[in-house]
Amino acid sequence: MLEDFFNVVKKRFNDTSDDDARPTVKCPRCQSPILQERYEELHRVCPFCNYHGRLSAQERISITFDKDSFHEINADMISADPIEFPEYPEKQQELRDITGLSDAVVTGVGKIKGITTVAGIMDSRYMMGSMGSVVGEKITRAFEYAAENKLPVILFTASGGARMQEGIVSLMQMAKTSGAVKLHSDAGGFYITVLTDPTTGGVTASFASLGDIIIAEPKILIGFAGRRVIESTIRQRLPEDFQLAEFMQEKGFIDMIVDRKKMRSVLAHLLELHGCSAKEV
Amino acid sequence: MDEKKTAWERLKLVHTKGRPTIRDYIPLIFDEFYEMHGDRLYGDDKAIIGGIARLDQTPVTVIAQVKGRDINENKACNFAMPLPEGYRKALRLAKQAEKFHRPVICFIDTPGAYAGIEAEERGQGEAIAKNIAEFMTLRTPVISIVLGEGGSGGALALGVCDELAMLENAQYSVVSPRGFASILWKDASREEEACNIMRITAEDMVRLGVAETIIEEPLGGAHNDLDKISENIKEYLSLKIPEKCKKDIDVLLKERYTKFRKIGEFTEHPVLPRISGE
Ligand SMILES: [Zn+2]
Repeated sequence: MLEDFFNVVKKRFNDTSDDDARPTVKCPRCQSPILQERYEELHRVCPFCNYHGRLSAQERISITFDKDSFHEINADMISADPIEFPEYPEKQQELRDITGLSDAVVTGVGKIKGITTVAGIMDSRYMMGSMGSVVGEKITRAFEYAAENKLPVILFTASGGARMQEGIVSLMQMAKTSGAVKLHSDAGGFYITVLTDPTTGGVTASFASLGDIIIAEPKILIGFAGRRVIESTIRQRLPEDFQLAEFMQEKGFIDMIVDRKKMRSVLAHLLELHGCSAKEV
Repeated sequence: MDEKKTAWERLKLVHTKGRPTIRDYIPLIFDEFYEMHGDRLYGDDKAIIGGIARLDQTPVTVIAQVKGRDINENKACNFAMPLPEGYRKALRLAKQAEKFHRPVICFIDTPGAYAGIEAEERGQGEAIAKNIAEFMTLRTPVISIVLGEGGSGGALALGVCDELAMLENAQYSVVSPRGFASILWKDASREEEACNIMRITAEDMVRLGVAETIIEEPLGGAHNDLDKISENIKEYLSLKIPEKCKKDIDVLLKERYTKFRKIGEFTEHPVLPRISGE
């Protein structure tokens, strides 16, 4: 009987689609099926609910920065194993091989519509974008570099939080990065945070919340504690929109929500409004 | 010192009923204590208390996470899990201390910041982030002491300091061992195993550069001799506060930044192992 039901569903779905062989993805927010190629064409924005999906650091760089203007800094840094966590080095090697990344953030200097900025782009494919020694060090160096060279910083955050496998050392990266953000800020530096899906835990409780301007992409998840943790504490289901960008803006923690297709020009304008310009570094 | 205990045994000790809390310590360490309430923005969190006290002859600002000694006290202080207004109260009092050139003493004792709807709505992440950033450049000496549990960002929000001390059996961790087991292994019952591999003891903290000092507890744990443990804490503070106050504040701030700046273990220009054919 169950099989019959699936056949009916399949038949209906096939009747309405042009080409049943083409792969589809399901939107994590509204659950609508989207043709994979259409989703990629839209740079992973759901055409039904406007959820802004996850991009790799490389994809983010290519849609944000002027062509060939982004130069990565501190690229070849890999994490040690500070608490000798079982299989952590192996797990990282595997992820480096799969993603081509050295850890969960890429930092560098690039130009947006001709304006020079330091940038950090997190990539959630690498251990959920969690922050360990390498993420902490690279972000800290990015802010120190920006302060020395009087440059702005734009960070695209995407993180599940602290890197459990580095224990307390990972927690301390929150202090280290926030300290560097503060020194850059005290020196008059301009810092824009762009929150992307998901920005949670220790990253929310450190540099992600410290931007002079905090932008979020639509429908993305932003929070300190995880949904499941809260649900198990309060023993009730949370509303669907809880911790989404729109909710967080309503609560006063987001300056603006910006569509991906407009992000580049909004960032360029904001940089311009803060007196940033082209610089050769 | 009792060095043979495992992390798990120490965690049990920290959870022992009768382990002293900040309310036990304050009258034995400080001469006067005026509690100050509220964050001036929303409310007065009961999981963090703060106020002005006198240590020896010196006025100091005390900020502390509060555990209950019984179920009623614990309900009142939300089991030492602060809301954003607790962290904002802490920052308000720290800024006041900076203005009046008082050193700040933070006592950490929390399983973590509260995870709940109101905490998210009022910006738990923002509150913690701001404390961390502001304490880093607070122009007055800051000493933090972990009394029992130092759980995650909720502890670090009172932990950006010139020097961190741990009570001998206290623990400091990125997340509670239970949370760790449930996140990594989807099995909270493996708490003991998590506890023993996470490196969360006072000695681990010193080895990893997170803490500078271990304050010795009476044999069997702090609850066995409240006078003795209070005396040990006071002795530590009476030594450290004047030492830090004597320092040029710009030097102190540079050292504070460096203390955290150097934590992290990584390699650059790594030589990746080449896999040769068999
Ligand atoms: Zn959708």
